[in-house]
Amino acid sequence: MSGWIEICALEDIAPQGSRVVASEQGDIALFRTADDRLFAMHDKCPHRGGPLSQGIVHGDTVSCPLHGWKIGLKDGEAVAPDQGCAKSFAVRLEDGRVWLKFGR
Amino acid sequence: MTKNKMRLVVVGNGMAGIRAVEELLKLAPDLYDITVFGAEPHPNYNRILLSPVLAGEMTIQDIILNPLDWYRDNGIALHLGKRIARIDRAGRKVIADDGSEAEYDRLLLATGSTPFIPPIPGNDLPGVIGYRDIRDTDEMIAAASEHRHAVVIGGGLLGLEAANGLRQRGMDVTVVHLMPWLMERQLDKAAADMLKTSLEARGLKFLMEKQTEALIRGESGRVAALRFKDGLEIPADLVVVAAGIRPSMALAESAGLYCNRGIVVSDTMQTYDPRIYAVGECVSHRGVAYGLVAPLFDQARVCANHLAHHGIARYTGSVTSTKLKVTGIDLFSAGDFMGGEGSEEIVLHDPSGNVYKKLVVKNDILVGAVLYGDTADGAWYFQLVKDGQNIREIRDHLMFGQNHVGDVGHAGQSKAAGMPDEAEVCGCNGVCKGDIVKAIKSHGLFTLDEVRKHTKASSSCGSCTGLVEQILASTVGGAYTPSQSKDKAVCGCTEHSHGVVREAIRSQHLIAIPEVMKALEWKTPNGCASCRPALNYYLISTWPGEAKDDPQSRFVNERAHANIQRDGTYSVVPRMWGGLTTPAELRAIADVAEKYRVPTVKMTGGARVDLLGIKKEDLPKIWADLGAAGMVSGHAYGKSIRTVKTCVGAEHCRFGTQRSMDMGVKLEKMLFGMWSPHKVKLAVSGCPRNCAEAGIKDIGIIGVDSGYELYVAGNGGIKTEVAEFLCKVKNDAEVMEYSGAFLQLYREQGYYLERTCHYVARVGLDHVKAAVVDDESGRRALYERLLFALQDYEDPWQQAVQQPALRREYEVIQMTGHGKADSEANHARSPLLNPLPQAGEEANESLREFHIKGVTA
Ligand code: SRM
Ligand SMILES: Cc1cc2nc3c(=O)[nH]c(=O)nc-3n(C[C@H](O)[C@H](O)[C@H](O)COP(=O)(O)OP(=O)(O)OC[C@H]3O[C@@H](n4cnc5c(N)ncnc54)[C@H](O)[C@@H]3O)c2cc1C
Ligand code: SF4
Ligand code: FES
Repeated sequence: MSGWIEICALEDIAPQGSRVVASEQGDIALFRTADDRLFAMHDKCPHRGGPLSQGIVHGDTVSCPLHGWKIGLKDGEAVAPDQGCAKSFAVRLEDGRVWLKFGR
Repeated sequence: MTKNKMRLVVVGNGMAGIRAVEELLKLAPDLYDITVFGAEPHPNYNRILLSPVLAGEMTIQDIILNPLDWYRDNGIALHLGKRIARIDRAGRKVIADDGSEAEYDRLLLATGSTPFIPPIPGNDLPGVIGYRDIRDTDEMIAAASEHRHAVVIGGGLLGLEAANGLRQRGMDVTVVHLMPWLMERQLDKAAADMLKTSLEARGLKFLMEKQTEALIRGESGRVAALRFKDGLEIPADLVVVAAGIRPSMALAESAGLYCNRGIVVSDTMQTYDPRIYAVGECVSHRGVAYGLVAPLFDQARVCANHLAHHGIARYTGSVTSTKLKVTGIDLFSAGDFMGGEGSEEIVLHDPSGNVYKKLVVKNDILVGAVLYGDTADGAWYFQLVKDGQNIREIRDHLMFGQNHVGDVGHAGQSKAAGMPDEAEVCGCNGVCKGDIVKAIKSHGLFTLDEVRKHTKASSSCGSCTGLVEQILASTVGGAYTPSQSKDKAVCGCTEHSHGVVREAIRSQHLIAIPEVMKALEWKTPNGCASCRPALNYYLISTWPGEAKDDPQSRFVNERAHANIQRDGTYSVVPRMWGGLTTPAELRAIADVAEKYRVPTVKMTGGARVDLLGIKKEDLPKIWADLGAAGMVSGHAYGKSIRTVKTCVGAEHCRFGTQRSMDMGVKLEKMLFGMWSPHKVKLAVSGCPRNCAEAGIKDIGIIGVDSGYELYVAGNGGIKTEVAEFLCKVKNDAEVMEYSGAFLQLYREQGYYLERTCHYVARVGLDHVKAAVVDDESGRRALYERLLFALQDYEDPWQQAVQQPALRREYEVIQMTGHGKADSEANHARSPLLNPLPQAGEEANESLREFHIKGVTA
């Protein structure tokens, strides 16, 4: 499975919210920011695997629900001083539909 | 008594020199005729506090330690504005730059140090200064009112305090640092990075690992810019160089005294000329030159001891600790905090709580500590480091601070109350708890200022102020009025405290989070995980019915109505009103547990059953099944009403005086759906034997023959607090009204994440009594506001079951394997879209009925 895949409508994700996409590569967290930008990454916190999709979204960051690490939405990198990275995926919005890119 | 006194001349009218004179006057007030020369035109002042002066928090007048009267009263000849240019050791006299002279039998050098200005081209331009004295501070304050761009070279303690002060005065400030992290001599990288983030949130800019090449002159002749080795240039109308200090030893050196990175002294603080002593930053003792006051004061004490001919004291060096004096930032480091070979580290790191603690242990001895965010235990750790005490026994608890050593709680004593008398409170002045308590009692002291005057505790850098206040409070009890100034900002997104934010929401009638952020000039576009939940609570509690709840600003537990577990599953705790249940309910729970293969079923400490390890997708299905059996779920997670524990009471118990189960069920139903600053737990016992443990609840209710006793503000959690007696009431209706009024007061005035015990500690029980017990119409009004706020609350679990829009929260989008991940197709497969069993009408019905009763009653 690779290339762009259509996932859902923009309205299916609450602003400052997220959805979980179950894929062959594991759960992917799909985020929508307050200003309607979309980001996606593995739903696994680099700290101890917490489900990032369940965190609070603020600015370009999500706070992990388990121990509060902040993860940058753009690149999946933990905000300093924490270190670690959740693999991110490309997302695209077209005519109100959300697309996710798998593979290369 | 016309005996010829010996003559002591002191060169340097600063902190170490004058401290030595003060100590000497205590030991031998009449031994010497004392003459003091000071190059600065001021009497001795507290150099440390130049930082708060720069930040606009204090004035020069506030920081004078020894006013001119003090010199006069003690017969000291003071020469201000005179610099000693030469020491004539053979003639035993000193000669000042204006030609005046003074002869000595003993000479004390306390010349301090001067800022090190690196040899960069342009370092002598106007606008380029060090940070050392009142003149520098005045120059910075003047520059801040005329110029915009400040650059501070050096990200150490001094540089950061300068930068913070200039920023407070409105300048655009950049800190340039050569090393990869800030304060590298006091902090490890993790703590330094947190510090940097907090300072950035206050508007400071940082350029790390940058080397300055030149300072560039502007048209006016003043410095205008700064150029780095890599070619980058930044504007700079003021350059503060805080790149280290150099001991002022030229005078001693020219007199032939042995110097090596400071005036070399022995353990008795004598230089190579036994008539000449030296103390302070100008000396080198056993190869170490100290740059903090605590060791200098130790030196002053030893020096005075010898000047007074006691001849017994020895100075053997000091372990130092550091605190950064930037209001609102708590930072502490002590001893060998970097560890290394043979040492172990215990680390606690909570970035969202903004707390970092690292303890370095070597051979079962604490050798160093770095604390960031929560420094309450700094004094204790520092004491352990200094004492070299073996910590093997307390190692498990070490990280959690002094309060956690020994058994839990200690009957609600505060931290200060639990400290031993010999524990050091003020590290700068070496004042122990016992000294402070003694002074408070013998002199009848009530205020912080009085304690400062009498003991010197908290009068230097001020970072032990909180602890001194605690000691004062625990010693004089209610007679103590704490200072109001230290309201902390809610988080890095704002300058405002919880109190200010609450008040603004009320007085400006703000009803949505973006409105609050705009009105109060939030620094981030949409807050963070700390402030958003707080704002959401303040809005819905202040404007019930008007402000709309924002699920995205709630922690996942409150958004999903279940408690998230470490593996990402959830728990469901069906509500058992007052801890009561029925065979039918237990059967329904058992059925659900089997049907959804719940891995763990457990009794909670709140007297109900916990179903643990449930997949999020299954939550609505379980709620639907439980709803069909007439059950609602329980708030086992929220900042909300939790449980009302009951004992069997007069319904069954041979000792029961009141029907405690019935009372508990009524209370829990009344409070169903109540959001609060923190969680709220109640208990009702049928008699003073108190089997429901009402003494450690937010509200504890104890039945007695003539009615009920109400207790408030207990806590059984992190630190056990015994509830305090509020009042006695006659009947069930009064229990509801008084409890409701107390909770509404807490809901309206409590700060987010403040439990009732902390709230009551802050406002005082008398305040609560005045509002809830003494003021009858006020109590009624509070109670009615509570019922009004609760009236529209709907069972969130059944809502999630019934409303497709809400169910989205629980659904996972399934990838079909290839091509389109159609969420509609996906929905069709989802058992959620199949008709759900009808929710428990019964439970809802009885609830609603109850609410209606509550309101109209
Ligand atoms: C389930 C339960 C433990 C149990 O198996 O018995 C429990 C579980 C948790 N407690 Fe508790 N507490 C439970 C009874 C208690 C009690 C006893 C009681 O309620 O009588 C206390 C002490 C009483 C008190 O609160 O004053 C208690 C004091 C705490 C504290 C410390 C609160 C404090 O102010 O000091 C926390 C931390 C917090 O809330 O910040 C906490 C936090 C937690 C959390 C919610 C931690 C979290 O945020 O995830 C735990 C969730 C575990 C999970 O994975 O589901 N829990 N917790 C109990 C649920 C009772 C219920 O039916 O609702
Ligand atoms: C802004 C700032 C913040 C600080 N914060 C802290 C802190 O939080 N905690 C801490 O522990 N320390 C802090 N320090 C350091 C602390 O102030 C010094 O360690 C302490 O003041 C040194 O005392 P001293 O007497 O040796 O030198 P000084 O206090 O500098 O006194 C020396 C005096 O001697 C005078 N002098 C020098 N040569 C001659 C001469 N030839 N003739 C006559 N007079 C002379 C000088 O003008 C000066 O007045 C801070 C320092 C500064 C500048
Ligand atoms: S005491 Fe409470 S918070 Fe701690 S592990 Fe047990 S359930 Fe979790
Ligand atoms: S698992 Fe994300 S912070 Fe711990």
